[in-house]
Amino acid sequence: MKNFALILGLVLAASFSHAQSGQFQVPNVKVKDLKGNWINTSHFDNDGKPMIINFWATWCMPCKRELNNIAEVYPDWVDETGVKLIAISIDDARSESRVIPYVNGADWDYEVYIDSNADFKRAMNVNNVPHTFLVDASGNVVWQHNNYAPGDEDKLYKEIKALVGMR
Amino acid sequence: MKKLLLATGLLVFFILPELQAQDSKKPDLGSIHGNIQLDGQYYREDSLINAIPPPEQVGLMGFANLIYTRGNLTAGVRFETYTPALLGYPASPDLPWTGSGIGYRFAQYSTDMFDVTIGNFYEQFGTGMILRAFEERGLGVDNAIDGFRLKVTPHRAVTITGLYGKQRRHFDNGFTKGAGIVRGINTDVNLTSLFDSAGVAKTRIFVGGSFVSKYQEDRNPLFNYPENVGAWAARASILRGGFALRAEYVYKDNDPSRQNSLIVPDSEIAPGLGLYKPGQGIDINMSYSTRGFGASLTAKSLDNMSFQSDRNAGPFDLNINYIPATTVQHTYNLPATLYPYATQPNGEVAFMGEIFYTMKRGSKLGGKYGTKIEVNYAVAMSPDTTLLNDMDGRRFGYETRLFAIGDNMYFQDFNISVSRKLSRKVKAKYMYINLVYNNDIIQGAFDYRGEKVSGTVYSDIHLVDMDFRIKSNNLRVELQHLRTNQHLGSWATVLAEYTISPSWFFTVMNQWNYGNKNSDERFHFPFVAAGYITGGSRIMVSYGRQRAGVFCVGGICRTVPASNGLTVQFTSTF
Repeated sequence: MKNFALILGLVLAASFSHAQSGQFQVPNVKVKDLKGNWINTSHFDNDGKPMIINFWATWCMPCKRELNNIAEVYPDWVDETGVKLIAISIDDARSESRVIPYVNGADWDYEVYIDSNADFKRAMNVNNVPHTFLVDASGNVVWQHNNYAPGDEDKLYKEIKALVGMR
Repeated sequence: MKKLLLATGLLVFFILPELQAQDSKKPDLGSIHGNIQLDGQYYREDSLINAIPPPEQVGLMGFANLIYTRGNLTAGVRFETYTPALLGYPASPDLPWTGSGIGYRFAQYSTDMFDVTIGNFYEQFGTGMILRAFEERGLGVDNAIDGFRLKVTPHRAVTITGLYGKQRRHFDNGFTKGAGIVRGINTDVNLTSLFDSAGVAKTRIFVGGSFVSKYQEDRNPLFNYPENVGAWAARASILRGGFALRAEYVYKDNDPSRQNSLIVPDSEIAPGLGLYKPGQGIDINMSYSTRGFGASLTAKSLDNMSFQSDRNAGPFDLNINYIPATTVQHTYNLPATLYPYATQPNGEVAFMGEIFYTMKRGSKLGGKYGTKIEVNYAVAMSPDTTLLNDMDGRRFGYETRLFAIGDNMYFQDFNISVSRKLSRKVKAKYMYINLVYNNDIIQGAFDYRGEKVSGTVYSDIHLVDMDFRIKSNNLRVELQHLRTNQHLGSWATVLAEYTISPSWFFTVMNQWNYGNKNSDERFHFPFVAAGYITGGSRIMVSYGRQRAGVFCVGGICRTVPASNGLTVQFTSTF
């Protein structure tokens, strides 16, 4: 087992000196859409326009506050910048069945996926929800924000506008 | 050693062609990303609420994940430190987590068709009723499997997963593993996309099945324990329009354990040596939703479904499966921490129904901005069992049927909330919760001396949550009131949270146990916190008195002792 750790350590050490950190690509993990199909997260796509990836849960108050607040301005954001919001629910088996009724009940227009064993959450290194990532046209994470306070959506929208070349 | 060689071989096999393929192009050296979490607490003694500092006076826990990705290859390692762990952490009181070292490491190679992992991994079959290896860092629960996993997707509609390994048991300068071996295979098939390649079918049907078995040597001279225990699960879901129906059934062979010996009162012949009765469980969920309306109904019945890779493990250790509570997880402080429900895997029958409704903006009742209403009812009952008195024979212990409801209510929760935007700057939410909490079963309610209280607690909770927007600043105020004649009596809570977007937050809270029958114990629990957020990083400093209670994430709860002191938390994603 020690050898295994050693090999892994070497791989990591070797890559540390060369690899670029900071920016990273959306990793390749499977999440479930609301129709029950498994989707590879590396296939998330918005026709060359930016995407927001937001981690939330039905039991997380600030998460719901954030997504409900963005929902009010979302049609304008889509019209002006073409951005797409992908909401990743980390609800596990306890509350997974609440996701579809909640999303429909709240009248959201987002693309919603379920990450019930936190595979995508882990791959994106999310510590706690809500956590918001802004992804550029080539799938690079260019901006992120942990937590939510009302007004944070204005800062996010500034970043989106900068990304599509609007000022 | 053989396994290690095989693993290294596989790595080389997959990496080498990748490296050669890259030669012709611009070299891609991959990327490193990860996260860090640090929790520190300085403890002060507070004898009134029974807060006793650890001898070190300071607790410090840290986690750091590093993930390396290059093309289809991912490798990662997590460093953990507990010097010592915070009070009440981890969930399992039997096995403290101590020291520093590697808590998790893996290498994974995945394409659209194959996905191979060696080392530690997390996995879930179906809803997890038969198998779920997962991590809940907030609670100190981590049952990652260390071994080998292969996922194959031969057709876009079919996924097959096989795994083999041992589970993480606890942490002692590195993770330690349990005695038992876990082996499993799972298949999920999307029948609709298998037979309807044109994608015209309106009804979508999914089926799946799993088989999981564990092996643990039997060294008991008196009892003949099964060394191999098998379990299987079958599931199906049907979706059409706004309707969804999902069901999963699980069956477990006889598996005498420390946990299932608690189902019947100890027998004089051989107490605590386990029952030989098989276990089973079923979970059915039905939902309907359309824009602005959602409704959901869940029915669940469990019998003897604690499934662990060591027959002598404590309730939080080495769980192979995961059976969450069929109740809503509250987020407001009083209902979330005073009386939360935890599933009884040894046996329960539970039902939950809920409705989400948005009254349209501009309608008479919806008001200018619309109004959201949520109603939820959940109940968990004891199963109806008949004792068999066969403890000196085959040791089944009792008889029961699925959905046979017994006389004891374990838990009940009725709650309704209404939220509405009153103006461009003001939002308001009102919530009412009625809880029935059977502490003889759930055992999460203690008095200030740390003694368990007996009987059932009945409580009514009212709360108001208001948001006032002041440009990019926001003031949120919570008023909570819990009325009860049992346990510690009634409580009132006031919380104010001021945020300056996007970086600063300040919180002040006080909980007052004003209704305690003992007038010397009408304690206040003041708490202040401030924090700064930038990008993926957050630092928070808090100071205050915290009451002993239950802390839950997902379906699992741990009890946390009373404490008084200064806490610092830092988290960062990079």
